[in-house]
Amino acid sequence: MKLRLTTLALGAVMAAGPVMADLVFPSLSYRTGAYAANGIPFADGYEDYFTLLNERDGGIGGVPVKVIECETGYNTEKGVECYEATKGEGALVYQPLSTGITYQLIPKATADGIPVHSMGYGRTSAKNGEVFRNIFNYPANYWDGASVAIKHLLEQNGGDLSGKKIALVYHNSAYGKEPIRTLEELGKKHGYELMLLPVDHPGQEQKSQWLQVRRERPDNVIMWGWGVMNSVAIQEAVNIRFPMENFIGIWWSGSENDVLPAGAGADGYKALTFHNLGDDYPLYDDLKQYVVDAGKAAGAGDQLGTALYNRGLYAAMLAAEAAKTAQEIHGTKDITPAMMRDGMEALVIDEAKMEALGLPNFGPEFSVSCENHGGDGRGAVAQWDAEAGQWNMITDYIDTDQEVIGALIEEDSSAYASENNITPGCD
Amino acid sequence: MPDQLLFAMEVTLNGLMAGVLYALVALGFVLIFKASGIFNYAQGVMALFAAATLVGIMDGQVPFSHLINAIFGTDLHHFGWHVPALLAILLTVVVMIVLAWLVQRLVMRHLVNQEPIILFMATIGLAYFLEGLSDLMWGSEIKTLDVGLPQGINETIDQITFDAFGYGFFIDNLDIVATIIAGVLVIALMAFNQYTREGRALRAVADDHQAALSVGISLNFVWVLVWSLAGFVALVAGVMWGAKSGVQFSLSLIALKALPVLMLGGFTSIPGAIVGGLIIGVGEKLFEFLLGPALGGATENWFAYVLALVFLVFRPQGLFGEKIIERV
Repeated sequence: MKLRLTTLALGAVMAAGPVMADLVFPSLSYRTGAYAANGIPFADGYEDYFTLLNERDGGIGGVPVKVIECETGYNTEKGVECYEATKGEGALVYQPLSTGITYQLIPKATADGIPVHSMGYGRTSAKNGEVFRNIFNYPANYWDGASVAIKHLLEQNGGDLSGKKIALVYHNSAYGKEPIRTLEELGKKHGYELMLLPVDHPGQEQKSQWLQVRRERPDNVIMWGWGVMNSVAIQEAVNIRFPMENFIGIWWSGSENDVLPAGAGADGYKALTFHNLGDDYPLYDDLKQYVVDAGKAAGAGDQLGTALYNRGLYAAMLAAEAAKTAQEIHGTKDITPAMMRDGMEALVIDEAKMEALGLPNFGPEFSVSCENHGGDGRGAVAQWDAEAGQWNMITDYIDTDQEVIGALIEEDSSAYASENNITPGCD
Repeated sequence: MPDQLLFAMEVTLNGLMAGVLYALVALGFVLIFKASGIFNYAQGVMALFAAATLVGIMDGQVPFSHLINAIFGTDLHHFGWHVPALLAILLTVVVMIVLAWLVQRLVMRHLVNQEPIILFMATIGLAYFLEGLSDLMWGSEIKTLDVGLPQGINETIDQITFDAFGYGFFIDNLDIVATIIAGVLVIALMAFNQYTREGRALRAVADDHQAALSVGISLNFVWVLVWSLAGFVALVAGVMWGAKSGVQFSLSLIALKALPVLMLGGFTSIPGAIVGGLIIGVGEKLFEFLLGPALGGATENWFAYVLALVFLVFRPQGLFGEKIIERV
């Protein structure tokens, strides 16, 4: 009798309202392999933010978040396997932290109707949402990065780079070659000479490249590196006494891992960023209270406040805000990947929102639209203070040269559209 | 003197220095192959493991702390002391000897008389195991290695060459130290092989396992000895490379730099590893300097292998390798 009553009561409860499924955010992470040192802080930041939302707010809009972590080892094939293994779980958005994996997921995710967010990496022309309907790369992309670096150098040189020589030391891969066209176009516009210095994977040995820098004495060096290539390049630059303040890395060459091995010599090295650094934000108080002190931190819990941890945190925050926007647009808490895509396309990040989230002055203000999946593309410059052991933002967020970048994006995305029989549009 | 000639001289000198660093890695391969016929795929990972252990000991890091904390809910990370570099190096050598003993005891002993390909596969397994063990023991974050080695441009060479040619050559102090250490290491290893009882046992085993066993030489002892020596060489290579880039996973990939050196110098010759390293170092750097810009740069990785292949065509056993004689 008691069993029957319990069954009836349970049935009544279930019939009374719809069952909310968890909001699933896969984390295609790499905690092993050559790039683990960079993959770990990002994955920790990504997971900790969602843990905080679950512990403090009960999830997003009251629906718990479920993070499914899958190890890619920064390997493209494994990344695709992870995608295939997790997409059936109700995955709302993929952030693979790998340009190679992103390229493979673009056609697959588009066919499956699942959005991909490649924040500061991936295919740059995905900014054109009329062609890449499911791919987003806000708030900035590689070509924005190249433009921010050049704008910073313009500012440092009184607005004139004519006759200057700028070297690009880059990872000899699709990722490293991304800024070349933009830098060449900007070179035509501003009159500087571009010197290209490729470095083969993994970048442990760069003597030839830096002897060439020493011989040809470029005024500035821009670096597009990842992993060990960054720390070796910075050490070699220190060895040849290249002025650190004239050496700028892309945001993937701007973590503590890159500068610490060179010790005091790395002081003054610059790197781009599209979010703020350090841990002096109210959100960190909540992170400590609800996540770290509660013993729920991801990994070893020792990455808080590092550049890449903050990037993972920022990526999760943007995903959560897009999910909230999707819930508002569709009037339901239980959103699908298609609804998530709509939320991402209608995302607006302003300072009032960032402040309410406990992250004042943490990232640039930007908005996303169907035509523009890349946001406003603004980035800033940070500088390493070796004595204090911290990055300091030394500029505001800089507007990029959309005249040059916009034309390149149009050209590349149009070529992709015609190759894949896509009719660009927002319908 | 024309600028291009001066630059080529500077590149050649730097190539020689880079070659010494390649040779340091190749030496570990040669030691094990010479004594046991095993191509030790794990040599690069041993360099990573040794360097990570050295930093861990120096910093007073609690080994397996992440694992211990996860199981017992503790918050252990450091013992709170710092160990001087020299003592830490000695302790790391002890760890590498223990590792050699474990490898022999748990893996190699059970594979005696197996085909070389089986032994090679075992070392692949060992490499992946050591990768995981290194992460588990010391964490996978990038570690700064400072054992007091000088780095940066050598002022004296810079000044002398500037006075002589009007252009100061860049030679890294770390490369000079590596050259001296590699020289001492080679002389010590050759003297050990030639003049000590253990060295003679090692050579006897290298010549003929069965004959060595029949005169009472312990194969187990010799293999532990040779893996210990390879572990020591891995530590030296790990320190030199780790000082440049920090101790991180990529250290395990330095083995890729040793392969063309081995192809060229032969798998069984210690002087061959050095000469092979120097030829590869100079060859790849000069090629990059002369033809790299015209070919789009980044030629070093593939050119090293092309150079080694050219030598292989004319001398399959390598420059200093033992001549391959097949009797029917």
